[in-house]
Amino acid sequence: MTPLVELKNISLSFGGVRAVDNVSLDLHPGEVVGLLGHNGAGKSTLIKILAGAYQMDEGEIWIEGKKVNIQSPRDARRHNIETIYQTLALADNLDAPSNLFLGRELTNRFGLVDDAQMEAETRKIMARLNPNFKKISEPVSALSGGQRQSVAIARAVYFNAKILIMDEPTAALGVHESKMVADLIKELKAQGLGIFLISHDTREMLDLCDRVSVMKNGALIGTEKVGDVTEDDILSMIIMGKARDAA
Amino acid sequence: MTDSSTAGTSTRPSAAKPKRSFLTQLEIDTRLLGMIGAFILVCLVFNVLTDGRFLTPRNIFNLTIQTVSVAIMATGMVFVIVTRHIDLSVGAMLATCSAAMAVTQTDLLPKMFGLGLGHPLTPWIAIAVGLVVGAFIGAFQGWLIGYLTIPAFIVTLGGLLIWRNVAWYMTDGQTIGPLDDTFQKFGGINGTVGETWSWVIGIIAVIVALWALWSSRRNKVNHEFPVKPLWAEALVGVVIAVGILGFVAILNAYEVPTARLLREFEARGEVMPDNYTAAYGIPYSVLLLIAIAIGMTVLAKRTRLGRYIFATGGNPDAAELSGINTRLLTVKIFALMGALVALSAVVASARLTNHSNDIGTLDELRVIAAAVIGGTALAGGIGTIHGAILGALIMQSLQSGMAMVGVDAPLQNIVVGAVLVLAVWIDIVYRRRTGGK
Repeated sequence: MTPLVELKNISLSFGGVRAVDNVSLDLHPGEVVGLLGHNGAGKSTLIKILAGAYQMDEGEIWIEGKKVNIQSPRDARRHNIETIYQTLALADNLDAPSNLFLGRELTNRFGLVDDAQMEAETRKIMARLNPNFKKISEPVSALSGGQRQSVAIARAVYFNAKILIMDEPTAALGVHESKMVADLIKELKAQGLGIFLISHDTREMLDLCDRVSVMKNGALIGTEKVGDVTEDDILSMIIMGKARDAA
Repeated sequence: MTDSSTAGTSTRPSAAKPKRSFLTQLEIDTRLLGMIGAFILVCLVFNVLTDGRFLTPRNIFNLTIQTVSVAIMATGMVFVIVTRHIDLSVGAMLATCSAAMAVTQTDLLPKMFGLGLGHPLTPWIAIAVGLVVGAFIGAFQGWLIGYLTIPAFIVTLGGLLIWRNVAWYMTDGQTIGPLDDTFQKFGGINGTVGETWSWVIGIIAVIVALWALWSSRRNKVNHEFPVKPLWAEALVGVVIAVGILGFVAILNAYEVPTARLLREFEARGEVMPDNYTAAYGIPYSVLLLIAIAIGMTVLAKRTRLGRYIFATGGNPDAAELSGINTRLLTVKIFALMGALVALSAVVASARLTNHSNDIGTLDELRVIAAAVIGGTALAGGIGTIHGAILGALIMQSLQSGMAMVGVDAPLQNIVVGAVLVLAVWIDIVYRRRTGGK
């Protein structure tokens, strides 16, 4: 089966620092691949290349068996890649519908943005994702961490994403809300989406992911099926920076 | 939506909050209400201090036409400040645009293209030249800011020095006038639509406003969103209608002096009938401002460009990650600012009937102050067009009110400066109280 995404030999340097060093990864439909590593290991940089926020120096990105050129977030969206950033990337002064449709506003026949239609769509998707979400027309700065996260997630899943990138989706959440996100990930996976997940929570990763990849200092240490490894194996890969066989 | 308003809270289902206050039911921005209150207070105080000379039709007419030039630029400054930039060059750009238009209509067109003085095309070509010059200067500054990432403060500080003196070179520092007769009609007192047309325009405006209210309500009902009670909707409608028609009535109450009417009849070779009177009505410059205000409000609230402007102001990184080209956006915003400066230059020079070397001096500060008093947050992301216009009106009222009372010129500026600082402090306190940003 053709992988949904193939990252081939990706490298990117900032000044003299090699933030991503010759990394290759792949992702299949209905699969969750976790990225693990210390802060500064290059996980976020790698997925930002796929999301179009950074441009790689070397390497190739293949999507569904075709080589693609991703220069901007707009390009990434065109390939049905949606991203939930660690910072959520919300405009705090705008309300949930405006954020959800930011850059892809629905317009009426005069080309004017159709706020009523967008609000109706937002109510629909929120009813599914987070039934407690009521503050539709308030600036998102007035929302709780979990509600803000719902807006960011809604934005990623509304537009029929095939490839979903989630950078620390549960970092700012309570236990109950983290469980909601975990359930959502399982549901999306069942629908056949491919998901790249970044988290510091090793246990959560082993629970949600099919495979985990460990990075250190910009380089890929190794990729393992979660069934084959224990939490300790993963931790030693993160800390020692050595593949399991070598350890 | 892009408002700093707290109106959004009232869209919660009423079951959650059974007792809603009068103001929440009306869904009116309390901040706007506060500004209107402050404006009315300023007017009433000056009216008492001047023994009733402040709130006469004549003074209200003058106040209106004096506000237009700064108000037009303030609408553009809202977008600039919302995206966390600043434009210190608007006063100087106004001088360059004004100089370009004055040279075009008095020198270039008659001498190089053989259009005689008073040719019907002259004013329109001049205005087009002004718009191109303004938009081009604005776009160029926007390019320096957006693509070369030079801070807007520096680019436009340089612009302040450059464009003021480019204007000087274009005219050799001379005053150029008189400007074309038709062109002068944009200045205020020399161009009004007269009594009958003022009423016609007023009534059309009321009909359009009521239709807009009704269609927005119908739209909400169609989507099954909560709507405010009918009485509240009706009250808002009545207030709008009374406001518009009252404004027209005041402008129509300002009668043209008999001596001027006599001159006009003489010029046409007619004899003025006995007891003949005529009123000024709405000035063209005010119609221009209203058209710009409506256009800019639609742009801010109902277009993608407006949405991107506010999103970029709220979180530039988020805007960029959403695929918005924030660099090009900066160019567009500053080009728009430049075009508005050009229109403002039309009004300002037409009001003076000539182009003078010092036209628009210190306007950048008045424009920024108007936008900020009108609730535009320098931190970005927040601001409204109507707020900026109201801010310009409050500034102008203070200035002319103090002049009428006979306050010394230096003291006038001291008061205006203090009011600016005070207004921003009140705004900060207000936002903190209401939990806004």
